[in-house]
Amino acid sequence: MGKTAKTLFDKVWDAHVVERIENGPEIIYIDKHLIHEVTSPQAFKELEKRGIDIFRPKQILATVDHNVPTLNQELPIKDELSKQQVEQLAHNCQKNGITYYDLGHPYQGIVHIIAPELGITQPGMSMVCGDSHTSTHGAFGAIAFGIGTSQVAQVFASQCVLMNKPKSMRITVSGKLSQYVQPKDVILYIISQVGTDAGTGYFCEYAGEVFEQMSMEGRMTICNMSIEMGARGGMIAPDQTTFDYLKDKVFAPKAEEWTKKVNYWKSLPSDKDAVFDKEYHFNAEDIQPMITYGTNPSMGIAVDQTIPAIKTKSEERALTYMGLSQGQKLDSIAVKHIFIGSCTNARIEDFRIAASYINGKQIAKDVNALIVPGSQQVVQQIKEEGLDSVFEQAGFIIRQPGCSACLAMNEDKIPAGDYCVSTSNRNFEGRQGQGSRTLLASPLTAAIVAIEGKISYTKLYDYASVN
Amino acid sequence: MQALIKLESTAVPLATENIDTDQIIPARFLKSITREGFGENLFKDWRYHQDNTLKEDFVLNDKKYKGEILIAGNNFGCGSSREHAAWALTDYGFKVVVSSYFADIFKGNALNNGLLPITVSSEYLHYLLQTVQREPLTKIKIDVEAQTIEVNEQKHNFELDPYKKICLLHGYDDIDYLLSQKSKIEAFERNNQNN
Repeated sequence: MGKTAKTLFDKVWDAHVVERIENGPEIIYIDKHLIHEVTSPQAFKELEKRGIDIFRPKQILATVDHNVPTLNQELPIKDELSKQQVEQLAHNCQKNGITYYDLGHPYQGIVHIIAPELGITQPGMSMVCGDSHTSTHGAFGAIAFGIGTSQVAQVFASQCVLMNKPKSMRITVSGKLSQYVQPKDVILYIISQVGTDAGTGYFCEYAGEVFEQMSMEGRMTICNMSIEMGARGGMIAPDQTTFDYLKDKVFAPKAEEWTKKVNYWKSLPSDKDAVFDKEYHFNAEDIQPMITYGTNPSMGIAVDQTIPAIKTKSEERALTYMGLSQGQKLDSIAVKHIFIGSCTNARIEDFRIAASYINGKQIAKDVNALIVPGSQQVVQQIKEEGLDSVFEQAGFIIRQPGCSACLAMNEDKIPAGDYCVSTSNRNFEGRQGQGSRTLLASPLTAAIVAIEGKISYTKLYDYASVN
Repeated sequence: MQALIKLESTAVPLATENIDTDQIIPARFLKSITREGFGENLFKDWRYHQDNTLKEDFVLNDKKYKGEILIAGNNFGCGSSREHAAWALTDYGFKVVVSSYFADIFKGNALNNGLLPITVSSEYLHYLLQTVQREPLTKIKIDVEAQTIEVNEQKHNFELDPYKKICLLHGYDDIDYLLSQKSKIEAFERNNQNN
């Protein structure tokens, strides 16, 4: 075993080490810093207070997503506090020469959706954002992780963060997925198996045929939820799928620069004999469409399974909150809300798969079904492909881009006690509004539940047999 | 950042596991553009009913328990990266959180705000929770220099990154350090052609 064998993570990390502090963290250089309205204002303020200039404003990209309304974005924001936060970001960006995609801009959208679709996210990069789902960008073979606001200020001041090198972990999924199993099902399955803290202290590489054959959109869904098992980031080795996705994107390298970069990116995958600190192996054949029933993302089961027996007080608390019991099947509950959106599942592929099931059908009576595209570009694509009429004819409501009901900072809230089948990433207590009850699932499962009005797994098999 | 050297205080026992940052500070309170005032909404939906009346059975509303130390169940601070969670805890008056496991981002955020996360074994956490639940006036002693936590003369060591320890003892933060390394950062930029 060669000492020089390196993992994908090692290669990208080592290329960004400015300095190793003795008995302390490393100084890591950050190529791209993404910011949004919620976790940046205090960082700008901190620098102003100390009289420090933003060191590399050209390496920062700003947009608004967390608290913006998804209705009438062309009008002034009604909520005074949200408006103030959005205006503050616009002001801070203008003052410091930072590129800012405001509401109405053709590139505006959820920060983790726009950076990849614009070709800003590239293999081998280091990226941060004051948002835990920054792990999404690891799908390209970048080191990407969420930071707190104090660290946002550090990156403003120095374009670097101080960090101890995380340990490395690899999750391999071998075999071939059934055709009705979506990337979201794969990550919900993995988290249900390893738990919410298995990745704490680690960066996780996803490897094996399942990920090799997955689209970039699917890979982003996987890496996005790495944080839900505690991992700071997820990564997938860049390959031809990555290069094909990136080529000709607005900010992707062009001409000779492209060829040079692709050559470099091809050197990044983990060496054959690289050693990981922790490894997990799963078989694709064991993965079924998944749904969560509790208040953390590891409380997930196959859609047709029964809720497992309670083992701890925390699980008991979770089931009480959800109004569910051990041994129960989920097809007995009335689902009133469907949310297809969020940085996990609001890319064009997610809406294509949902539309492929919905086409020509009607949503169930008393169901409120919300489609929130991840970006203005996704909105355009939905229109170009005619998916908007599929959704609208079925009774779905299509909104404008933003984080929306994933965290309910704007008006898009689920009422207390109601169940929502959601394609987002967290089912925490109150996440989608005070007292709301979230069941996480894939866009396909969400589409089926919207039409059926209940969690129906038989329809999934019907879908698979005709597609 | 305020320095933390030694602390002797009673503690609040909150045994729930996997407490996520959405519980510590719900998203609807993140609309502020300053760092102050988040303590008021700490654990908001666990402290109050929707009509804003107190939930009497929640530990922060139980007059028996008070102090600058929070003892919490395993995997504290998971979920969102919001530093507002650390701001809410410090603004409320906590200086130390003890658990058997902390989520990475929360741990970093806490240390960047002078809030010390102390990781102890599951057995010791269980002992601490039981001791404080039985005897709410029990004092817990924390010594950052010696890296020890002590209750009823039972002393345990805890781990602390040597760099972060210096920051905590002196109230330094990372910006001061990074600014002192500017020339190295600029040299790195000149030599790094790949990105």
